[in-house]
Amino acid sequence: MATAEASSGSNTKKLQVRRYKPDERAEKNYINITKGIWSWLTTLDHKRIGLLYLAGISLFFAVGGILALLVRMELWTPGPTLGFLTADGYNQMFTLHGAIMIFLFLVPSVPAVLGNFIMPIQLGAKDVAFPRLNLMSWYLYMIGAIGTVYVIIAGGIDTGWTFYTPYSSSTGGAVTAMTFGVFIIGFSSILTGVNFITTIHKMRAPGLTWGKLPLFCWGLYATSIIQILATPVLAITLLLVGMERILGVGIFDPALGGDPVLYQHFFWFYSHPAVYIMIVPGFGIVSEVVSTFSKKTVFGYWAIALSSLAIAFIGFLVWGHHMFTSGQASLASTIFSFLTFLVGIPTGIKMFNWLATMHKGSISLQTPLLYVLGFFFLFLIGGLTGIVLATIALDIHLHDTYYVVAHFHFVMVGGMVMAFLAGLHYWWPKMFGKMYNETLAKIACGLILLGFNVTFLPQFVMGAQGMPRRYYNYLEQFTAYHQVSTVGAFILGAGFFLVLIYLTHSLIKGKKAGANPWNSRAMEWQIASPAPPHNFEHTPVVIHGPYDYHQPMEDFQLGLIQNGHSAHHGVEVQSDSEEVEAEE
Amino acid sequence: MDLFKDLLLPPAKSTVADNYDQLFEFVHMSSLLLTIAVLAAIIYFIIKYRRKSENEVTPVITHNNALEITWSVVPLVLVLFIFGWGFQVFLDMTSPPDDAYEVQVTAQKWLWRFQYENGASSTGELHVPADRPVRLVMSSNDVIHSFFVPDYRIKQDVVPGRYTSVWFNAPETGESTIFCTEYCGTDHSNMTGSVVVHEEDEFETWLAENAGGGTKPDDLTPAEWGEQLVQENACNTCHSTDGTELTGPTWQGKFGSEEPLSDGSTVTVDENYLRESILQPGAHIVQGYDNVMPPYQGVLSDEQINAIIEYIKTLK
Amino acid sequence: MANHSTASHVQHHFVDSEQQFDSAKMGMWIFLVTEILFFGGLFAAYIIYRAWYPELYTMASEELDTLWGGVNTIVLIGSSLTVAMAIKSAQLNQKKGIIINLGITIALACVFMVIKYFEYTHKFHLGIFPGEFYTYEGIDHPKANIFFSLYYMMTGLHGIHVLVGIGLMIWLLIKASKGAFHSEYYTPVEITGLYWHLVDIIWIFLFPLFYLID
Repeated sequence: MATAEASSGSNTKKLQVRRYKPDERAEKNYINITKGIWSWLTTLDHKRIGLLYLAGISLFFAVGGILALLVRMELWTPGPTLGFLTADGYNQMFTLHGAIMIFLFLVPSVPAVLGNFIMPIQLGAKDVAFPRLNLMSWYLYMIGAIGTVYVIIAGGIDTGWTFYTPYSSSTGGAVTAMTFGVFIIGFSSILTGVNFITTIHKMRAPGLTWGKLPLFCWGLYATSIIQILATPVLAITLLLVGMERILGVGIFDPALGGDPVLYQHFFWFYSHPAVYIMIVPGFGIVSEVVSTFSKKTVFGYWAIALSSLAIAFIGFLVWGHHMFTSGQASLASTIFSFLTFLVGIPTGIKMFNWLATMHKGSISLQTPLLYVLGFFFLFLIGGLTGIVLATIALDIHLHDTYYVVAHFHFVMVGGMVMAFLAGLHYWWPKMFGKMYNETLAKIACGLILLGFNVTFLPQFVMGAQGMPRRYYNYLEQFTAYHQVSTVGAFILGAGFFLVLIYLTHSLIKGKKAGANPWNSRAMEWQIASPAPPHNFEHTPVVIHGPYDYHQPMEDFQLGLIQNGHSAHHGVEVQSDSEEVEAEE
Repeated sequence: MDLFKDLLLPPAKSTVADNYDQLFEFVHMSSLLLTIAVLAAIIYFIIKYRRKSENEVTPVITHNNALEITWSVVPLVLVLFIFGWGFQVFLDMTSPPDDAYEVQVTAQKWLWRFQYENGASSTGELHVPADRPVRLVMSSNDVIHSFFVPDYRIKQDVVPGRYTSVWFNAPETGESTIFCTEYCGTDHSNMTGSVVVHEEDEFETWLAENAGGGTKPDDLTPAEWGEQLVQENACNTCHSTDGTELTGPTWQGKFGSEEPLSDGSTVTVDENYLRESILQPGAHIVQGYDNVMPPYQGVLSDEQINAIIEYIKTLK
Repeated sequence: MANHSTASHVQHHFVDSEQQFDSAKMGMWIFLVTEILFFGGLFAAYIIYRAWYPELYTMASEELDTLWGGVNTIVLIGSSLTVAMAIKSAQLNQKKGIIINLGITIALACVFMVIKYFEYTHKFHLGIFPGEFYTYEGIDHPKANIFFSLYYMMTGLHGIHVLVGIGLMIWLLIKASKGAFHSEYYTPVEITGLYWHLVDIIWIFLFPLFYLID
């Protein structure tokens, strides 16, 4: 047993620290500690709640994906293609696809699944700050999600996921119930944001200063800020749309003296930052994966961490770029265009810092990194076409065409889904203690990349040529592009299906994974796989940052002998506490 | 050099289109170069720095402020340049010359209606003179629509309860497609039309012929004129004449038949019922259909309605 | 290091009581930020329409009863004071003080709702309904219905928050009577108090914005 010098400002406290080795095969882990479906449905463990979310979002991703394939099949020829699908049916289908993918998959996926599972472990905490609230968020999400899907199908909602008034306040169908469902999901998202911010502030282990916080946590922190600031505005907007239909409130309805463009301002005030809710946690994953598989300190840690916050804040000021053709004042459009360019800069900074991290690294091309490389390529195209669309004049022609459809799929699927898959493959061994088949994983990654480009590159071309979005029927001249795109969608679908197969297979027959299969320095890899029920037996002590590959692994395996000393006590273990000795 | 313009854009048929296309080409070309540079860097890194043994030690490079500033400022200058250029083209696109020829545009589910200074009107087809700036003053009768002509690189939302405007100058005669690009319901994708650009004198002739809102041309029978009106008003977007099921009931064999209504009663389809269904479509709806048709009160004159009814009578 | 972490009210994942208290308080503050943004949407709509139709606001505001609005303002400010006193009582281990102060707060909140009820029914009686159901003819302005749509949405949403607050404080009252709160643990009282102050502050904005327009 040894002591380490720790200082808090002028005070010096003695911390009793000891080394531990991660238990390679712990008997008890969070999966087998209790049994039965009930123990899962009432769990307060952040790891189990993460898996509950994983089940939920996978289900909705599959539904949304099948709808996308139906939409693509319908577009094989102009006019009616699938016998059972009328124009109204098609309109409901793309509404359902958009609403499911955005509200039920993209927004919750990274924070609620991977964030819930990994973030408390990265902080050295036993759980998030409010475990009961966390479980409640999941229930709200599931209730809202199932309700929404049911209402869209049963009530035949055809407004598009944007619910533009006055169409949404005049069309048939159960729009009121639908807005209520999304309202509940929004509430779930707000509560997750509240929980995460508090957790990151208050639950950090001794020594885990802001400068040592893993970049995934920085990403989640920025995301949570957007969630708590933007989602309430969506909530009130949807409430107003609902009230418009029930009470004829009329704030957005020109027939009653209201203003439909005001709705668009309200809607995009949430929905543009929502884009960053979807992508910023993905940036966090990319930072983790690039560093681990290059075995190298992250280049420009503060640049990457703070650019997430910069994106979060500037992201609030650019919503009007969705409205260049809406009839808003030219001056407003110009300002929004200008600010949109500014938000591109921190995004570019991240990209360059990741590349610099790979420079002189020790690069191992395993599946998580392959997905990240795919992310680089697709997100770069998505980002640069974003610059095109931010250019106010260029947007006029491209707005609401397939060019925009391709752009946001490059950002959302190419960026966010690739990042999510990278994270899922990266943390899979920690989640289940099993390894997936590396060869199949690489093939699937290739299929997804190929399928994605075949699907969406032609959409840039037809969009620029004038093919508008949300069209059931189209001019003959676009047929070839649509058909290539449909073929691509099926390749993409096959890729996702393959992922499902080998990941499921790995649960049953996968090779056992050790505590730290990637030789990472990050805290989540210093505990057993699958993770123990309360993550840490000893409150961990942090001396080095999570990317300090030049420091010996033993320095990352330190724990307090007694409980006490959370980070907010201001306790810092000095980096010169070499006198720590192993007690074996 | 014009790689992207030729591959991606439709023919440039308005005066602003050329400026637009240059900017489009520039931004895409610089993006392509940047993409290639980044891809080259990635490929170079993964080949050169591929992991050779598990015990490799990597250098500790935490940051480099000079580099950070470089890759912040250089892109910033570039995007500011693009912003400025884009702003300039935007000004051209949104500032109509004072002498622009004005046409009133009304959008409704799911057709475009154009009204000219002398009372002439047309549906689905916008007639304009060549080589003369044209300004459209637009408004919607129901939900938001958007007026988009890809060949001219123009687009503007058409909003109920307010007026928006857009202008263009097409130097050559010809036809271009109009799309509705703001989702507006069932037949959104059929809410198309075309701009027909005439020589100045040809346009004047067309205008004179259609003055006063359109009366029956002498060489047509009422039923023939009715058929023409049906085309112009895009009735056939929702009502087929050959028995095909579309959004609304087909007209084939409809006249004189007994139809069940949504309230359970039945009606005989006669002149009065057809007239009511055109002016107030929601009054009596045939069973199995939704109340989605916009009223044509004030859009069609009595004479025109009579002609359309005559035409429906011929569809046995 | 003080090892009071074994106290029964500390949940397993917190290191000590202080961490738990700080977390709960911070969580509530963040939640209040979301509440402000939630109302912020309506305030934005209010400001935009006021900028467009300033004369409408002057005219329509005269239909609102400044006296009762003022009484309600005083009632709510009073309840903010009593809830603060309830927290103080908890810090001083005065069980009786907690119960009395919470009781007064609940009573004041109910008074607020009763006055609100009479204000609403009076307006309904005149035909002042929100939006399309608006039938009152005493205000000569085509958009008078929009003003009252905003009025009902904003005061109604605020009223719902008051009701939630009443529910929370009844729950606190029951727990307090069982002796759940003491100087070591009074987190629920503290954060409910924070929530109640917010409800109060929102009303302090609503009152001049609707009732006191000249």
